[in-house]
Amino acid sequence: MAESKVKKKAGLHNGLVYVTQHWQLYVFFMLPALALTIIFKYIPMGGILIAFERYNPIRGILGSKWVGLMHFKRFLSSPDFISYLANTLKLSVFGMLWGFPVPIILAFLLNRIERTGVKKKVQMVLYMPNFISVIVLCGIVRILLSVTGPVNLLLHSQINFMTMPEAWRTIYIASGIWQGAGWGSIIYTAALSNASIELKEAAVIDGANIFQQIKAVEWPAIKSMVIIQFIMQAGNIMSIGFEKAYALQTDLNLASSEIISTYVYKKGLIDGDYSFSTAVGLFNTVINVILLVAVNKIVARMNEGQGL
Amino acid sequence: MKRKGRFARYSLQDKAMLGIGFFLLGLFVIAIVIPMIYIIVASFIDPVTLQNKGITFDFSKWTLTAYRRVLANQQIWVGFKNAVLYSVVFTVISVLVTMLAAYPMSRADFRGKKLFNVIFMITMFFGGGLIPTYLLISKMNLLNSMWAVILPGAFNVWNMIVARTYYQGIPEELREAADVDGANELVFFFKILLPVCTPIIATLALWQFVGMWNGYFDAMIYLDDAAKQPLQLVLRSILIQNKPESGMISDMQSTAQRAQLAELLKYATIIISSLPLLVMYPFFQKYFDSGIMAGSVKG
Repeated sequence: MAESKVKKKAGLHNGLVYVTQHWQLYVFFMLPALALTIIFKYIPMGGILIAFERYNPIRGILGSKWVGLMHFKRFLSSPDFISYLANTLKLSVFGMLWGFPVPIILAFLLNRIERTGVKKKVQMVLYMPNFISVIVLCGIVRILLSVTGPVNLLLHSQINFMTMPEAWRTIYIASGIWQGAGWGSIIYTAALSNASIELKEAAVIDGANIFQQIKAVEWPAIKSMVIIQFIMQAGNIMSIGFEKAYALQTDLNLASSEIISTYVYKKGLIDGDYSFSTAVGLFNTVINVILLVAVNKIVARMNEGQGL
Repeated sequence: MKRKGRFARYSLQDKAMLGIGFFLLGLFVIAIVIPMIYIIVASFIDPVTLQNKGITFDFSKWTLTAYRRVLANQQIWVGFKNAVLYSVVFTVISVLVTMLAAYPMSRADFRGKKLFNVIFMITMFFGGGLIPTYLLISKMNLLNSMWAVILPGAFNVWNMIVARTYYQGIPEELREAADVDGANELVFFFKILLPVCTPIIATLALWQFVGMWNGYFDAMIYLDDAAKQPLQLVLRSILIQNKPESGMISDMQSTAQRAQLAELLKYATIIISSLPLLVMYPFFQKYFDSGIMAGSVKG
């Protein structure tokens, strides 16, 4: 025991020597990032307390009245709860089911284009929509789908798509694939180009067909990337973005377009119900953390202990 | 002939599969291009014709009205100016802070690495959320200040991991050759290390710049003042809220004319606002692969 104490002391001493010798690393390199993190990430975590209070801006966080789980109960028992939760889950689960495979397929196809000139041009077009802003994307969607817009002109119809709750998710997901699938394929394309060309040649000589080649060479090259991407997306199911959902909302499609993040915004910053909004946001974050841990566990089990 | 030789090794069945695959890829490419071309063409068409007949290649119906009106509008220029200012300042600060923090985190001998790692990683999964952050910003008197949209997101943990992984790929010898003792880490960092990190700096800069340029949420909640609003908020009122900036259409006599013109202005607004990034992006393209690969290796 005495020995371990001595060791600990020596360790501490060495640590101090290291820090004094390398003080620049702490002051110039780490401090800016650490300060930003503590101020803008950790201090707001303390602000979560207002989810358990009836927050009064004059009294402040520490002086407001404690109400326990009241806001959570109010949210969970409101009829809107199920609807917003379902909208959020459906949007991200369906978005993932449709959207996740597309970049992988694009990467496989891009990898088979043998003329590098053509490949470069195709990639350039595929990546382009990524540089269009959410607002412009939603503006384009609204123009194309408007009652007098080109889609209705083509169909000789007068359907107001943006007011239809049943069309909203399709619009959101399809425009997401339009914008993001090409960009999402980069990560796989890069991994594929790293896959050994010799291995591929060997497989071709052995008379393997395309599917056998994919299974033997290309899939192993991107598998770990696919798993990481899957965990990250599945773990973020509850944190589906605010910006696009809000920009595609109209009063008439709220039945499917009101998701938790837009609700948190409206309750909090438009209605000024700070405590309730914070409680809903916290509920969302906690579910998200649980999902992330669960998905990571499941994938690790399926993948022989290899999670994130 | 070499290319043909390789292709010939596919069996007939494989060729058919590839043919279908490439056909679908072609469809996807066309699906991306057509809306873009439509918007470009439509932006030049006379508003009445556009509403009644859609786009036309009868050039007598083409006009530059929309562009003239959008470019004559002050608010668009204010938006551009703010967007450039915020995006440039944000990118510089963000890349600098990230590259700085990633350096000690990449070193095997750095004491406290584990603790810092935990502190940073937690913020990737858990946070205070919208209202607590908003209350903090307002307590700090940053409402209607550009720092409210710049500082909270300036240090990005994911980007730090990407940069750290990149540093780890640089041979140790570089530091040994420079004979760095604790006192001149900064000199080493700026004079020797950063110059060999151009690909990763370009990648992070591109990500951060595009993110700030294209986002609108932070600006929407923190910046009320019209003079402070970045381009995306101006676009939002024109494209999403159907509220063209005053002066763009107010000289029109009838409501119908105003509505037609407002519609046309959207097209020109989309083109004008998207052009800068779309023109810039091919110059960055060579960095995409290298940067993304650097970040994908588990550190």
